Amino acid sequence: MLRGLWKLTWIEIKVFLREPLGAFGTIGVPVLAFLVLGRVANLRIAPTSLGATGFSQVSLPVLVSLLISVSAVLSLVTIISIYREGGILKRLRATPLRPQTILAAHVIVKLLLTAATLVLMLLAGRRYFPAGAHVPWFSFTIALLISTWSILSIGFLIASIVPTARFAQPIGAVILYPMLAFSGLFVPVEALPPALHAVALAMPFTYSVRLLQGIWNGDGWLQHGSDVAALVMVFLVCTALSARVFRWE
Amino acid sequence: MRPIIQVSGVRKTYGRTVAVDEASFEVNEGEIFGLIGPNGAGKTTTMECIEGIRKPDRGTISVLGLDPFRQVYKLQDRIGVQLQQAQLQKRIKVWEAVDLWASLYKKKEVDGDRLLEQLGLSDKRDAWFMNLSGGQKQRLFIALALINDPEVVFLDELTTGLDPQARRAIWDLVRGIRERGKTVFLTTHLMEEAERLCDRVAIIEHGRIIDIDSPERLVVRHCPERTVLLDTEDLAAAHSFQTVPGVESVSCTGKRFTIRGRGDDLVSEVIHCLSENRIRVTDFRTILPNLEDVFLKLTGHSIRE
Repeated sequence: MLRGLWKLTWIEIKVFLREPLGAFGTIGVPVLAFLVLGRVANLRIAPTSLGATGFSQVSLPVLVSLLISVSAVLSLVTIISIYREGGILKRLRATPLRPQTILAAHVIVKLLLTAATLVLMLLAGRRYFPAGAHVPWFSFTIALLISTWSILSIGFLIASIVPTARFAQPIGAVILYPMLAFSGLFVPVEALPPALHAVALAMPFTYSVRLLQGIWNGDGWLQHGSDVAALVMVFLVCTALSARVFRWE
Repeated sequence: MRPIIQVSGVRKTYGRTVAVDEASFEVNEGEIFGLIGPNGAGKTTTMECIEGIRKPDRGTISVLGLDPFRQVYKLQDRIGVQLQQAQLQKRIKVWEAVDLWASLYKKKEVDGDRLLEQLGLSDKRDAWFMNLSGGQKQRLFIALALINDPEVVFLDELTTGLDPQARRAIWDLVRGIRERGKTVFLTTHLMEEAERLCDRVAIIEHGRIIDIDSPERLVVRHCPERTVLLDTEDLAAAHSFQTVPGVESVSCTGKRFTIRGRGDDLVSEVIHCLSENRIRVTDFRTILPNLEDVFLKLTGHSIRE
């Protein structure tokens, strides 16, 4: 069935790129946002091992990376609900394709898209980085992919509850963006009142932010084992839940 | 003829709605079998249980000797399916869909390009799905249903929404599938389609199968009525028509006579009467009952209601 997975993934990539707004919206917009924000702030975005996580220092690349990730998840939710509404999922299921294969193809497409956007963003933003500064771009990409992969599983849960494709984008946004607010990106998690602190600890983005900030700052993977474990947990729980509630038609 | 599909005592409910109730029938190898009834009668649910997409609450189904639900992947490798109102990715190209589908099945005998040619889609190879006409989409779905050289082909409301011309072209394609020795199982709410295409039909209403037979035999069994309409200036003819064997009523408005009766011989008896009495007619036509009338008789309402 690997042949089917590969073919389906390749077709989904091509179909996505043929969408006039899809490709530009998900790849172009984050890159542009990064360039514009970077210019406005006239930043010198450098990885720093001093632990100082001022917004201008570290948060901008992390913020934009998470936006890339969220837009990938929103795009997944929209596509899945359109495919369900149009009977495309049902039609694919009425073949020897396994249901897992159909969904896996979409996850792979979104991860590839996330990686491609991130690389473009880092390349385009190179001039903001001081010469000689070491950006751990490879580790950072891997960290973002782990994070996106985990949040995509929430996307499948959201895709299960949206009633029609029209609501996919707004419902997804209403669920995902507030999560970002408590992620420690804008206000450190430790500084939140106790109730919100507990909420923040239940949010997957909190671990994404910690992981991404740490890796950007040059931390080793071992220091963030617990963050990766939390993201894997989110994936396992959400996947188990979606396996129960996911609707194919 | 051996049965390829055996359905026995199948029941399927959605909440409190009974979609299919105790359905039992067999489909023989090499025939076109139609499940006919109005929208919401349970046709699609029955078909999807047989395809292994849905699990019946009760009853047993066997397709090609397989249990459709437990052995669904084995089954799907050997059948071809066209679903009602299905779509594909808007911007998938025709050849990409065919290529993807071809890669999913074990059998690799069917040449996708030849299939597209047979279905008249060769010049649409590079077109996006969203830019195809309704008829072209249905032909593509037929191509996808045939890509694995299936032993049984399932077609759900194949021509709904198509114009008469496209509909006729699709009927020819379906007959072509039977000529290749395949078994075809289809659903339709169009009585004309069932009459022209199916070797045997099962009439289903409110989830229950009311009767099963060839369209001709169903008509003979349930609707023996015949009607002859004729125009004549000879007003004394009414008396002659009354004596024709099988005639039940004669009425006339102006010069137009309506002669009702029953039995296959009615029409020839009327003709015989005309020539014997030298009645000069300026128009002569017969109204024979069809599946639509059978449906009306069996259910008490028209299929369009």
